[in-house]
Amino acid sequence: MENIGSLAILLAFCFAVYAIAGSVAGKLKQRPFLVLSAQRSVYVVWFLVTVASGILVYAFVTDDYRFSYVAGHSNRSMPTQYKVSALWGGQEGSLLFWSWLLSCYGMVAVFMNRRRHREFMPYTTAIIMCVQTFFLIFNAFVVSPFKMLAVGNLITAVPDGTGLHPSLQYPAMAIHPPMLYLGFVGFTIPFAFAMGSLITRQPGEAWIATTRRWTIVTWLFQSCGVTLGAAWAYDALGWGGYWAWDPVENASLLPWFSATAFLHSVMMQEKKGMMKVWNMVLIASTFFLCIFGTSLTRTGLVSSVHAFAQSTIGNYFVTFLAIGIAATVYLILDRLPYLKSEAPLESVVSRESSFLFNNLILLASSFAVLWGTLFPIISEAVSGEKISLDASWFNRLMIPIGLFLLFLTGVGPLFAWRRTSVESLRRNFMMPGIASVLLVGALMAAGMRHFYALISFGFCLFVALTILAEFYKGARAISAKNGMGFLAATVELTHRNTRRYGGYLIHMGIVLVFIGCSGAAFNRDITAEVTIGSSISLSPYTLKVADLKEGDNGNYLWHYAEVEVMKDGKQIDTLKPERRFYKANRTPLGQVAIRRRLNHDLYINFAASENQKATIQVYIFPLVNWIWIGVVVLVFGTLVALVPSKVKMQYVQTVVVEIGKKYATVEN
Amino acid sequence: MKKYGKFGALVVVIVGTILWLATTGVGESKAYYKTIEEVGKMGGEAHIKRLRVAGDVEKGSISRKANVVEFTLEQEHRKLKVVYTGTDPLPDTFRDGAQALADGKMGPDGVFHANKIQAKCASKYEAKPGAKPGEQPSYPKQVS
Repeated sequence: MENIGSLAILLAFCFAVYAIAGSVAGKLKQRPFLVLSAQRSVYVVWFLVTVASGILVYAFVTDDYRFSYVAGHSNRSMPTQYKVSALWGGQEGSLLFWSWLLSCYGMVAVFMNRRRHREFMPYTTAIIMCVQTFFLIFNAFVVSPFKMLAVGNLITAVPDGTGLHPSLQYPAMAIHPPMLYLGFVGFTIPFAFAMGSLITRQPGEAWIATTRRWTIVTWLFQSCGVTLGAAWAYDALGWGGYWAWDPVENASLLPWFSATAFLHSVMMQEKKGMMKVWNMVLIASTFFLCIFGTSLTRTGLVSSVHAFAQSTIGNYFVTFLAIGIAATVYLILDRLPYLKSEAPLESVVSRESSFLFNNLILLASSFAVLWGTLFPIISEAVSGEKISLDASWFNRLMIPIGLFLLFLTGVGPLFAWRRTSVESLRRNFMMPGIASVLLVGALMAAGMRHFYALISFGFCLFVALTILAEFYKGARAISAKNGMGFLAATVELTHRNTRRYGGYLIHMGIVLVFIGCSGAAFNRDITAEVTIGSSISLSPYTLKVADLKEGDNGNYLWHYAEVEVMKDGKQIDTLKPERRFYKANRTPLGQVAIRRRLNHDLYINFAASENQKATIQVYIFPLVNWIWIGVVVLVFGTLVALVPSKVKMQYVQTVVVEIGKKYATVEN
Repeated sequence: MKKYGKFGALVVVIVGTILWLATTGVGESKAYYKTIEEVGKMGGEAHIKRLRVAGDVEKGSISRKANVVEFTLEQEHRKLKVVYTGTDPLPDTFRDGAQALADGKMGPDGVFHANKIQAKCASKYEAKPGAKPGEQPSYPKQVS
């Protein structure tokens, strides 16, 4: 088994190298068969990597503790789903998983474009396979997951494994890494298309049109991955935060910023033929930030709370990044004349310029976060002293940037292309503007003095109103014309231009996320040592400890407190914060109890217990649920944007005479 | 060209604000990474600057009293007494033998006053070849 696994990886490596050589040689020498054979070896690579991953998963599920990786990341009493997710629980496995995802993406991309883009597909294939080769080097030669345990020369199994880290035995954590990986790996494809197009000096925007859906889907995975990580931190870590600006968290956010910038600025290229160089730079930055993020997570370059092994693979990543970035910079500089803008910027108050500033802000955020993350390294290189910047620095910087971005979210989509008249500004922004000022005034009158929170709520209302107004105006026009109900008209409106209205929904999701984050300004907490019968009060709740229990279920020991939640003298709920001690890797883990409500969460952490006494922390987190709701809206909006837009119907009465083709034929 | 002037001005304002926020914020947020040995040599400075000291938590040194946690950090046979008075709960990974990162200042009493603790599990069996028998399964050697 293990031999087949190793062999498969080794063969995959050979085929990947062949695919690079074959497609480049085939293209240069005009040999279609060579190109074809290279394409087919992409499929072979997928097959081989799948076999290798399958073997490792099989070893996990069947408790094959001869594998050193399996013995280190699984144990017999672990539930089966976590045995499968243990595949990406450690260094070797997660790099294999990276390879496998890339091979899947690569295969699909090559298969879908096997008869299109003859001019640049060979180069695209070659670039995808270069990245694939890079990761296969790890899998085959550096950190092979198929190392066996042995005494002398005899392969032996150990009776039981040390188990997956308990904090990873958690549903959100089981799917967070694959989501993020899907988001990281996926940007290889648009990058490869962009570079292929650049190498062959393509005049058009074929690469953007082809990779639009890839980019959106990948961006969606990234958004979900980042959120799941935050949700996991909130649910599992017991301190109630969802974001701490830890280097590994930042690593996941960096490519998200540049990808978001890219998604916006490609619209400029599609519609106006502008910003061509910029888009190349953005897609390349996104790709390299994804690789950089992987390396930050995997190599412990910057010290982080995420306990990943320090290892020597950092040098490989640095080399890969250096070569890749140098080649990309050379290509872009060399091909500059092919990337000339087709239209000039005309006015500061225009759609173009709002895109420009959106890009500037997103890229500045990305750079600021990168700077802060790498500050210990930079400062050590410059002054010899290793200095780290903590969350307060990031918050100080990122909160104003975020708020400005939120403001642009509201005004940007309503600016007209080229230039916007004062009249239209007044028409679009008067009502939302007045409403926001009133809201801020009301909140201040109610005693709220937190500056950023006030600004944030004001902007949130402003943006939400402008978006709702867009839907309302459009839907009202349609319902007046077609006599549809208002709701049906809204659906119809969205269906007619899914990109636009899907985009608005995404913006709405972002607004909700901002509302949720602003709640953090009003967090409250209390810590108390309690025994059975004692009570804690944190308005509006009084908490009574009804019981403290303990026990053992095989995988872990547990104790929990039964806490009765009282409000206005009445019991409204019972919460059971728990503390577990996982036997296999002798690690304690808290299981917080959360009472989730739209206005705030009541969050109880069982911090410690000793001789019938327990330390309990109680928190109130206002509005935090809106973050998760916002992300759900964002996901929904993204899915809407992926639906093909309905063809524009010009006349009042239209009859669909045929359905089933991509575009329905319409007749008067 | 006038409109490009306007663009330029706006870009300068935005980038300038960001740079201003980034540089003025550094003062309060920066912490110096020091080894235990370096902390010992710093003298008076150690009481003023915010420091981050890493080390292993000495076995059996953790003692919890109400909201205060005391323990000893160990790094290359040098020891540093740490008292944690922060409000956040200590991470689950914080326990005997874990690698911990204490963030705070030296107190005049010669004890390091931390207001934040980060902890990593010592990597599993690879990092701990000499674990006590019976406490952890002992593993045969790895071969490729």
